[in-house]
Amino acid sequence: MSILVGRDTRLLVQGITGREGGFHAQASRDYGTNVVAGVTPGKGGQSALDGTVPVFDTVAEAVRETGANTSLIFVPAAGAPDAVMEAAEAGIATIFCITEGIPALDMIAAVEVVRERGARLIGPNCPGATSPGRAKVGIIPGSIHREGRVGVVSRSGTLTYEAVQAMTDAGLGQSTCVGIGGDPIIGTTFLDVLQLFAADDETDAIVLIGEIGGAAEETAAAWAGEHLADVPKVAFIAGRTAPEGKRMGHAGAIISGGAGTAASKVEALEAAGFRVAGSPTELPGLLRDAGYRG
Amino acid sequence: MKLQEADAKSLLVAQGLPVPPWEVAHSVAEARSATERFLAGGADKVVIKAQVLIGGRGKAGGVKLAGSPDEAEQVAGAILGMDIKGMTVRKVLVGPAADIVKEFYLAAVLDRAERGILLMGSAEGGVEIEQVAAATPEAIVRLHAHPLLGLQDFAAREMAFAMGLGAHLKAAVAIAKGLVTTMRAYDADLVEINPLAIIRETAADGATQERLVCLDAKITLDDSALARHPGLEDLRDPDEEAPEDKEAREAGLTFIKLDGTIGCMVNGAGLAMTTMDLVKRAGGEPANFLDIGGGARAEKVAAAMRLILADPKVNAILVNIFGGITRGDEVARGLIEARAQQTREVPMVVRIVGTNAAEAAPLLLEARFETAASLDEAAAKAVAASKRATAEATGAIA
Repeated sequence: MSILVGRDTRLLVQGITGREGGFHAQASRDYGTNVVAGVTPGKGGQSALDGTVPVFDTVAEAVRETGANTSLIFVPAAGAPDAVMEAAEAGIATIFCITEGIPALDMIAAVEVVRERGARLIGPNCPGATSPGRAKVGIIPGSIHREGRVGVVSRSGTLTYEAVQAMTDAGLGQSTCVGIGGDPIIGTTFLDVLQLFAADDETDAIVLIGEIGGAAEETAAAWAGEHLADVPKVAFIAGRTAPEGKRMGHAGAIISGGAGTAASKVEALEAAGFRVAGSPTELPGLLRDAGYRG
Repeated sequence: MKLQEADAKSLLVAQGLPVPPWEVAHSVAEARSATERFLAGGADKVVIKAQVLIGGRGKAGGVKLAGSPDEAEQVAGAILGMDIKGMTVRKVLVGPAADIVKEFYLAAVLDRAERGILLMGSAEGGVEIEQVAAATPEAIVRLHAHPLLGLQDFAAREMAFAMGLGAHLKAAVAIAKGLVTTMRAYDADLVEINPLAIIRETAADGATQERLVCLDAKITLDDSALARHPGLEDLRDPDEEAPEDKEAREAGLTFIKLDGTIGCMVNGAGLAMTTMDLVKRAGGEPANFLDIGGGARAEKVAAAMRLILADPKVNAILVNIFGGITRGDEVARGLIEARAQQTREVPMVVRIVGTNAAEAAPLLLEARFETAASLDEAAAKAVAASKRATAEATGAIA
């Protein structure tokens, strides 16, 4: 079944006529994703991806005409929260926001609107999700994946690629790989994704890749310790050498007042039964040690 | 971006919050004349506070009282130029010393877990909130602003009563709402008043009255929102920004200087942190965090190289690129170009995988860069190169 994206995904790309939007819409389609529509206000009636995908002025119209159920947003930061809310209001169920650099307070309002509409937002500042062999929504390179039964969830982009590549090289395929984003205010948390993996009958093991800042890893660990006790699970935490009080690239990656340290996260994860790797390359071996035979 | 106390107070005043008067002085003479004005205005004493973007100024001796212009000169002279946790004090804030009846703590912060604005208040003011949270967590009142409507009156009243500010209800409600308004008006991550204080004031006719005021202010702005508040960029304190930080910011690079010898150039924040961690794990010390970002072109790579080499402690460089949006061959060309321009020879270990890695490989080979296939191998090679360089340097001196 996989989670969030799959064969049922009917993808709409907001910002499809832009450079990044067009490039990654094409890459998502090349991977096998069903790309049904694009939206760029003012460019309704045109088409994208060599004339094969209709472009609409509004998300509501695109949904009406094509039955899109998932949106991928490449709109620049100033307009991205509005794009998220437009998608939610139009009835899109799953919204991925790739855009980086959105003011945090804008996302508080957007997350609230998404919640009221019963939709799900992944991101912002995330690389998207891939269910290998089924669909890819976002910017994760398709070539690093292999089909399988390990669920991967991460806050980071390139670090996720590193971990997934290590898994694939070791012959461990993935059910779904999800990047939840490096911003302080995001729509879907580690805990949310673990709950989805727990309910997915095609996910048999978990890889969690966290980093310093906040307490989302600790919260997710506590839940997993109780509800995923028998599931093989491994983790990696980036930022063991990060100094306090500095934002390490991601807006959300900051240790403040002694909270959000790598040590605190590693401790919580180990207490919950995760095997925590010292390097992403150790993840496949640790997963085997944890009893995963996939 | 962190604001100095004086700038933070200006923003609070602009939002209508009660803040006693102050002046900023850059010299002993300015501190003296400010003191003369406040004493002439009826103050018994002035308080002189170091203006640095770091907590614990009081403990470090950066906050002192003065009862006369002469004393103010002496005190300001001692504080100006003082080193507080590595920051040199270049200016002081001068204001009338308050007759404090009671101190409180009140702050509006971004709450990541609840995805909202959290108001935190405590009747234990004047001490660090982390200490209160550790010792007596029940002494902290927590309440969320509505995600769309902001802090509603009833919530502000609840906060005020819970903090024991019933006698100053009107002022407390206005201040609590004002913190959230300030946060939203300037896109702040944090607006903290510590202490929020009831002070005793003597009117011209000799009658005393009590008033709730913001005695200190700390504001941190959301860097992602600075573009839409052009005036706020002017509040960036040039005294507190190192030249390399400025160059990095202007080049669109995320750069954080550390103490080690191995310069790191990586794409992506999570991978950049991981690269530092693995350098440390392999027995080395990272000299910096540097994220060149997604889709970095050759010029950006060259700028990153200049930043790394500007640190004289750097004696080896580790380049780690996992191409997604970023194309490996672009980075390889940037590295070759940067090396042609560089002023000193430093061993470099380059790992490029992902998008266009195949195109990058022959370029790296031809340029004779030392390469690595895995992340662990790259870290080990960089640490070995750095140790060799350190040994050679030591040998050369001996």
